[in-house]
Amino acid sequence: MAEATLVEAVNLALARAMAEDERVVVLGEDVGADGGVFRATVGLLERFGPERVRDTPLSETVIAGLSIGLAAEGFRPVAEIQFSGFVYPCIDQLVNHASRLRTRTRGRLSCPMVLRTPSGGGIHAPEHHSESMEAMLAHVPGLRVVFPSSPRRAYGLLLSAIRDPDPVVIMEPTRAYRALKEEVADDGAGLPLDRCFVLREGSDVTLVTWGAMVRETLAAADVLAAEGVSADVIDVATLKPLDEAAIIASVTKTGRAVIIHEAPLTGGFGGEIAARIAEKALTSLVAPIRRVAGYDTVMPLPRLERHYMPSEARILEAVHHVMAYS
Amino acid sequence: MSMSPLNADDTKGAGSALGQFINAAGEAVRGMPAFAQDASALVPLYRAMVFVRAFDEKAVALQRTGRLGTYASSLGQEAVGIGLASAMQADDVLLPSFREQGAMLWRGVTPVELLLYWGGDERGSNFHGPRRDFPISIPVASHLPHAVGVALAMKMRGERRAAVAVTGDGGTSKGDFYEAINVAGVWGVPAVFVVNNNQWAISVPRSRQTAAQTLAQKAGAAGIPGEQVDGNDVVAMRDATERALARARAGDGPSLIEAVTYRLSDHTTADDAHRYRSDAEVSARWKEEPIARLRNYLVNSKSWSKVEEEALHEDNAKRINEAVDEYLATAAEPMAAIFDHTFATLPADLASQQAAAERLAGASRG
Repeated sequence: MAEATLVEAVNLALARAMAEDERVVVLGEDVGADGGVFRATVGLLERFGPERVRDTPLSETVIAGLSIGLAAEGFRPVAEIQFSGFVYPCIDQLVNHASRLRTRTRGRLSCPMVLRTPSGGGIHAPEHHSESMEAMLAHVPGLRVVFPSSPRRAYGLLLSAIRDPDPVVIMEPTRAYRALKEEVADDGAGLPLDRCFVLREGSDVTLVTWGAMVRETLAAADVLAAEGVSADVIDVATLKPLDEAAIIASVTKTGRAVIIHEAPLTGGFGGEIAARIAEKALTSLVAPIRRVAGYDTVMPLPRLERHYMPSEARILEAVHHVMAYS
Repeated sequence: MSMSPLNADDTKGAGSALGQFINAAGEAVRGMPAFAQDASALVPLYRAMVFVRAFDEKAVALQRTGRLGTYASSLGQEAVGIGLASAMQADDVLLPSFREQGAMLWRGVTPVELLLYWGGDERGSNFHGPRRDFPISIPVASHLPHAVGVALAMKMRGERRAAVAVTGDGGTSKGDFYEAINVAGVWGVPAVFVVNNNQWAISVPRSRQTAAQTLAQKAGAAGIPGEQVDGNDVVAMRDATERALARARAGDGPSLIEAVTYRLSDHTTADDAHRYRSDAEVSARWKEEPIARLRNYLVNSKSWSKVEEEALHEDNAKRINEAVDEYLATAAEPMAAIFDHTFATLPADLASQQAAAERLAGASRG
């Protein structure tokens, strides 16, 4: 077993999926000779050839749209959208076609495609490169939205997404791409979709998060432990369909919930989770639910982005607030 | 021998290049292509076009009497769908927009399925005939990129199949159209893009859609062949589609066909075209419509008779009435159907929503 960063784990999973299933095709802008702007597809062209590792013209609508056609005809396209802000032209294809091909044909046609996009800020990238639009996508019926947070989960969730018979959007946290290395067994084992991962068990408060914010949340949990506050840390991983049971079970146990995400507060997916907790675990709560999120501002350019993204200090402040109730 | 009096916008820059074999008077204007050497070979196309017109008429009547939802008639454009579909192989893939019932019926979609779809039942897109064909795309032109993917799949597997996608004149104003024909050209995929130029995108005429002289010339920007044909001449439509499909199957890449026709009906049953165009314009266009000219051609070549015409109308009425009866007698799916096909396997989160809905439905029944 070798160590890998998150982006290297994505690359391992893509290579594994292509080796085990010749229907898997990787396509997008600069995924071929360039190996992808983040190098997620590096080496795939040399190994699998230009038919299956396909540079597209600069056209996000076509990347999503032709993936639908390929998928309906029996291939397993894995499309890369270069930066998160460029996903928006794909939304028409995802909403109006990919997510509903199965239901509108009553199962005659389906759309087993994966659309990968880097997501989130923190790498000092230009404008439009640091967006977090998972809530928009999670609002779409028929679409799976997956947000891995570690190399092992990126590997296992991507493999499962490629094998899944329905469309999946994978949002990859850019600032976690190379932030840490861990042992990743390239054994072809997928991780379950539609399931939360409990990263740390505690009894006082439930911290619910996903993507890049898992790192700050775990760091905050360490500080809290030193203060004598033990936290359940849940990596939601698949936002849609949501593993509500895991979250409710944890909050029922701890009686306190803090939800952390990088995307803007209003209409963010934290609101959905807060609503589920209010509906299913209100009587277990001893404190109001708190959300720690990006502000309802346009994502700032790099000089100010550190002020936008929820910090460890903001997470701690929220937890201290809910711990004041008993 | 005269060209049909298409308006200046349609033919500017194309001139006599507009593909036509049978003019509006029903006269052959040049030697017929191979499939039409024997005039009687055109009888099945004629019969299908007459059926489509009768079907459209019935569908509009059903909508007017509250028994069908909004419907888009193809009145006057019957040659487009029948022409292109009759050139296709059964294992090709059609990606239709919402006015391609002619092509769909030719390919084996049943009248009952079309009625179910427009009557608000998803089972209408679960075609029992052409299983690989795409469902109707209501959003304009956003299905054209799908055709590239379908055609790429065929090319990668080395198949001699092709994808045929149809959009309207308004569709050529969309980025999806340009993006699709562009990548199709780069990769040389076996796709045929057909533009049903019926002159009107709801209320916006072709002249206000683009400053391009023809829609076919837009193919030039993608480096693929583009051809403007008389979409009211089923022989020209089929011939152009056959040639485009032959190129596709030979590995010579995609093509664009602009079928110049006219929408004699309202846009849909929800539209009133009197608001934006004159009766005089429509009356003039009736002189060019595709069915009368083909009938004249067939009658003049002794391939069709009044007796056959009467029998055809009788037979069509019977088939259509049977389809309507079956459609009206088809009960809606159980409520579970709205959940069942959202994903291949119902996720737990959605299962709990379904269970709640079932409980309520059960309670209201009780």
